[in-house]
Amino acid sequence: MNEPESRRHLLKVTGLRAAAGGKEIIHGVDFEVHGGEVHVVMGPNGSGKSTLAHALMGRPGTTVTAGSVTLDGVELLELASWQRARAGLFLALQQPIEVPGVGLEAVMAEALDRPGDDRARGDDLGDRLRAEAAAIGFDERFLHRALNVDLSGGERKRNEMVQLGVLRPPFCVLDEIDSGLDVDALGAVARRLEQATRQWGLGVLAVTHFHRLLVELRADVVHVLVAGHIVATGGPELAEELEHTGYGAYAAS
Amino acid sequence: MTGPRRQARALPDSEEPEVAGPTGSNPAQKRKGRALDTFTAAGAAQLGGPEWLQQRRARAFADFEVLPLPSEKEELWRYTPIDELELGGYRPAAGPAGDPIAELMADAFLNDLSEELGERSALVVVRNGAPVSFVRTGLPEPVSLGGLAIASGETILGSVVGDGDSLVRLNDAFVPDAVVVDVPPGVLVEEPIVIVHWCDGEVAGAEGAPASFPRTVVRVGRDAQASVVEVVAGAPGSVRALVLPVTELIVEDAGVLSYVSLQVLGTGAWHLARLSGQAGRDARLRVFTVGLGGAYDRSRTDCVLLGQGGSSELRSAYLGTRDQIHDIRTLQDHAAPQTTSSLLCKGAVAGTSRSVYSGLIRVRNGAVRTEAMQTNHNLVLDERAHADSVPNLEIEENDVRCSHASTVGPVDEDQLYYLESRGVPPERAEELIVLGFFDDIIDRSPIGSVAGRLRREVRIRLAEALGIGADANG
Ligand SMILES: Nc1ncnc2c1ncn2[C@@H]1O[C@H](COP(=O)(O)OP(=O)(O)OP(=O)(O)O)[C@@H](O)[C@H]1O
Ligand SMILES: [Mg+2]
Repeated sequence: MNEPESRRHLLKVTGLRAAAGGKEIIHGVDFEVHGGEVHVVMGPNGSGKSTLAHALMGRPGTTVTAGSVTLDGVELLELASWQRARAGLFLALQQPIEVPGVGLEAVMAEALDRPGDDRARGDDLGDRLRAEAAAIGFDERFLHRALNVDLSGGERKRNEMVQLGVLRPPFCVLDEIDSGLDVDALGAVARRLEQATRQWGLGVLAVTHFHRLLVELRADVVHVLVAGHIVATGGPELAEELEHTGYGAYAAS
Repeated sequence: MTGPRRQARALPDSEEPEVAGPTGSNPAQKRKGRALDTFTAAGAAQLGGPEWLQQRRARAFADFEVLPLPSEKEELWRYTPIDELELGGYRPAAGPAGDPIAELMADAFLNDLSEELGERSALVVVRNGAPVSFVRTGLPEPVSLGGLAIASGETILGSVVGDGDSLVRLNDAFVPDAVVVDVPPGVLVEEPIVIVHWCDGEVAGAEGAPASFPRTVVRVGRDAQASVVEVVAGAPGSVRALVLPVTELIVEDAGVLSYVSLQVLGTGAWHLARLSGQAGRDARLRVFTVGLGGAYDRSRTDCVLLGQGGSSELRSAYLGTRDQIHDIRTLQDHAAPQTTSSLLCKGAVAGTSRSVYSGLIRVRNGAVRTEAMQTNHNLVLDERAHADSVPNLEIEENDVRCSHASTVGPVDEDQLYYLESRGVPPERAEELIVLGFFDDIIDRSPIGSVAGRLRREVRIRLAEALGIGADANG
């Protein structure tokens, strides 16, 4: 809606190194995502994509050893995960976690319970949840289930999207949001994201294995992550190239 | 699978060391001797009632005199503080007319409770084990509800639990009267029958703390259905009280019985409950016990499946705060072919509290094509708290499917991270997860109308345990 203003948001990653299980997995990566942009990260299994996502969000067990991650100038690495979320970063997990007995609405109410934010209030939240669910064809009755409990893989991904839509952060990291989604759901999710980039200037960093998401999302920038290094950055044509050549060409680097 | 085992505990300080010598110098025997000072044959005889009941009490008392008290050395009482039970410090509680302050508290509790429990078909109020009122509010005519004087009382009392141990015998000897529910074949009772027990606690200046012996017997006839809620409350604050309830549940062929018990005694009470259930052919028995109060809270639930196709569903929830001890023992006993049992016990320990879950699946010879499931999850909310989980199988048949799973540990790190990654602060995330842990089992309560109250009782205690004041009903 008011896109020029939101374009000012900036997520800046500089010289980021991260380790998990006692060994370094991310060996120094740099990139910048502006509000409203869609960046895609591709790379072979085990190249460190999820580790990068967790390093940004501050998952316990993923240790950042060097570098900086700023959101509009605020150093996220000095903040706890929940503060990073409140500073404006959202992470949709590759494998969303089951939390028995805990409802989506309760979690969203807590997440939005901040001074000066009235989105958590009363019926409002219920309406927003329903609207977001409708936008991506997510059955409303799933909104009342405990978080991710008894949900299929694709339903869990859509659940993540509903949360993104309710929280409306400036930036999101989507770890394989497309895996597990059927064709129709993929289309709906991509449309919702694309719309969000305009609606509130959402900046997207989407990890994926599939060219298809890129096309649907109209990605602006593609990063190729191999063995913990960004080995190439380019436009969507880069992904098209990968479709044909695979990651073999980057193996040596 | 199981937490670290505790060392055998030393004898309480007050005990003299065991020395070789004449009988009576043994600590257990000494304790027994003191118990016989306050629990006497004359006391049991004074309780009155029908002739058969008086004789039954006298026999039970004679047994109690010679039976040993339970001991931590027995597997059934391992990890418990039972050796600290000083029966001599208690005396049989005064009858229904106890002290007036307790009366007021009981009334207030009852008012509050009855608003929240919603629709019911009858309300029974029991004071110190003695039923004081039976109010029917839509209970179908053919259903018998009353004390042991009703026709079937004599035949069904004790028919499931048998003679039991010395504590069951003590209940048999000092039970003032029982609550008997007898649902004839084919009768459907829609709304639950609610039984509220109020048990007095110690009064300053009085000699010895009161001991109550609640007793409930429910029989659901062939093709009949009913649900029963029992609430055990009283001894508010941290005064001493001993509550030894015995509940017997009988479900005849193709009957369905749903049963929920909620124990919310004060933090000074010892509550040692014994529940024995049996289900006939194609019968279904659903039991949910919730233990929240008490200094020591024991819940032993044995369900035997006697007829082909019978099933039991056992659920239990417990929450330990301060220095409470919760002790849950279960037996899923399969004595007939094609029987099914599923058990889910969930508990949390905070502060310096601890819990024991010990459960046995027994498949007897001939109980082919049995399916039995046993799951126990424990959340340890404080480094000083401790939970033991001891699942056991005893299987005498080949063609069976049995499984058990148990976990003991702190709040799951991944769940915490997941909620935090949405912007939920860690303390709130932990609170949501722990509440959810309980909601998950409360949502499966066999009687839906009590879920709200169960949730509220859990929330109040969790708020205290996690050190959060406000928002207890959120
Ligand atoms: N906690 C850990 N302990 C040890 N090794 C780990 C840990 N976490 C990740 N790794 C290793 O780090 C590497 C990168 O893992 P990561 O999950 O980031 O890969 P990915 O690029 O997301 O892969 P995929 O495409 O399969 O999702 C892998 O080799 C993985 O085994
Ligand atoms: Mg990954």
